[in-house]
Amino acid sequence: MHSGAVLAVAGWNKFVETFFNAQVMAKYLPDILYGTLVTVELAVLIVIAGIGFGLVLALVRALAIRPLNWLIVFVVDLLRALPPLVIIVLLYFGLPSAGWSPSGFMSTWLSLTLVLMAFSEEIFWAGITSVHKGQWEAARSTGLSFGQTLIHVVLPQALRLTIAPLTNRTIAITKGTALGTVVALHEILGMASSAVSNSYNPSPLILGAAAYLVLFIPVVVVARRIETKFAWKK
Amino acid sequence: MTKIVKAHAIHKHFGALHVLKGVDLEVAEKELVFVIGPSGSGKSTLLRCLNRLEQPTSGSIEVAGIDMLSPKTDINHARQHIGMVFQSFNLYPHMTALANVMLALRKVAGKGKAEAETLARAALERVGLADRGHHRPAELSGGQQQRVAIARAIALEPKVMLFDEPTSALDPELVGSVLEVMRGLRESGMTMIVVSHEMSFARAAADRVIFMDQGLIVEQGPPAAIFEQPTHERTRSFIGQIRQH
Ligand SMILES: Nc1ncnc2c1ncn2[C@@H]1O[C@H](COP(=O)(O)OP(=O)(O)OP(=O)(O)O)[C@@H](O)[C@H]1O
Ligand SMILES: [Mg+2]
Repeated sequence: MHSGAVLAVAGWNKFVETFFNAQVMAKYLPDILYGTLVTVELAVLIVIAGIGFGLVLALVRALAIRPLNWLIVFVVDLLRALPPLVIIVLLYFGLPSAGWSPSGFMSTWLSLTLVLMAFSEEIFWAGITSVHKGQWEAARSTGLSFGQTLIHVVLPQALRLTIAPLTNRTIAITKGTALGTVVALHEILGMASSAVSNSYNPSPLILGAAAYLVLFIPVVVVARRIETKFAWKK
Repeated sequence: MTKIVKAHAIHKHFGALHVLKGVDLEVAEKELVFVIGPSGSGKSTLLRCLNRLEQPTSGSIEVAGIDMLSPKTDINHARQHIGMVFQSFNLYPHMTALANVMLALRKVAGKGKAEAETLARAALERVGLADRGHHRPAELSGGQQQRVAIARAIALEPKVMLFDEPTSALDPELVGSVLEVMRGLRESGMTMIVVSHEMSFARAAADRVIFMDQGLIVEQGPPAAIFEQPTHERTRSFIGQIRQH
């Protein structure tokens, strides 16, 4: 009984020392913070560009120019079918032979931006097509142009339906910044894993996980609120 | 008398389907033309060709002196002069009634905010909804929504108004309020083309009734003549059918 308790305490200490080693954590905290900064910067750039390009593509698609739409659908489906990691690796290791050597940051940003662009184009497009065609007709019958109808009548209704799936998709894809480690990007996970191999201790990974939580929990909470806010109001 | 609408030899194909087979329609200023006919006879398509929501396959259309089919015509500008009211109202659900009416005043007619608002309020007043301007469509009854839709169209001071079954989607007790507004419009001298099954309205307000079947105008004339002494068998059987409802 007694020795069992001792063993348990020793085991607990060992566990804490391994995974929550204060010394190691303190030493690598600045690295993790730096990584966090990189992750945030990358995520923000991906969100802005990915959603922006996605919206532009959806608007172009609304013009209903056949060959252009086939191209958009093809590219979008391609980007949605490929695992993001494959795209990152392709750009980083493949493009140099085509004469351009993007950095790890560039490769990751470009890849995830393309992926978010593809998914958000589909989401925006679904939103636009879900708006009843009577809305178009009513607006056009009063003399509004195609563009004015899109901007003032159709998009505001489409965006309402778009917000929930778009936030979810955006969160999923920005978390993919962690994939940047494979192309030597110094974001959270990259910094944490090199800290682990330098210190022979996994505590920095815990720190890294904590950094992700600090970053993404508020986003998830805000997303949930947006979702409930836009869910039923018509 | 001046003709506001001059449509000649209108043909419309949807793929292999020949929906309008050479329709001629002239509408004089201040005239109310009432269009009846079985489902699928091309009534909606005809209306929609007049403001070019549908592109006719051939024929010519002139509305308020504007050649609607000429590539040189600024169609958005031309459509200001042709109000349209739909069976399903089609109000913008994300905007208040007032904003619904103001949108085209601002963006198409180019009015400033204050002027657009004054005009929109006046239009809502004309349809008896002066106090509903701040409500969203979802907060209005069907009859009120349809009246807002009428206000949206008349605010632009159109030369002619097209109504495509404006009361068909309404509960019976709400039909009257919409017909009331249409009667008021007619009394104010608006030129109107109305597709509808409201026979009593036609009797009371129409100058002319047109019976369409299978993409053609079969016969037309004053309401009493068409309803009481139709010359064509098809007209007779159609009128007999709707009487039973
Ligand atoms: N966009 C379209 N594409 C293909 N066919 C169409 C289209 N619009 C209408 N049609 C067809 O054209 C024919 C005439 O339709 P239209 O809506 O003009 O009839 P309608 O007289 O208004 O009938 P209803 O009383 O049912 O409203 C129908 O057979 C219809 O299916
Ligand atoms: Mg119809």
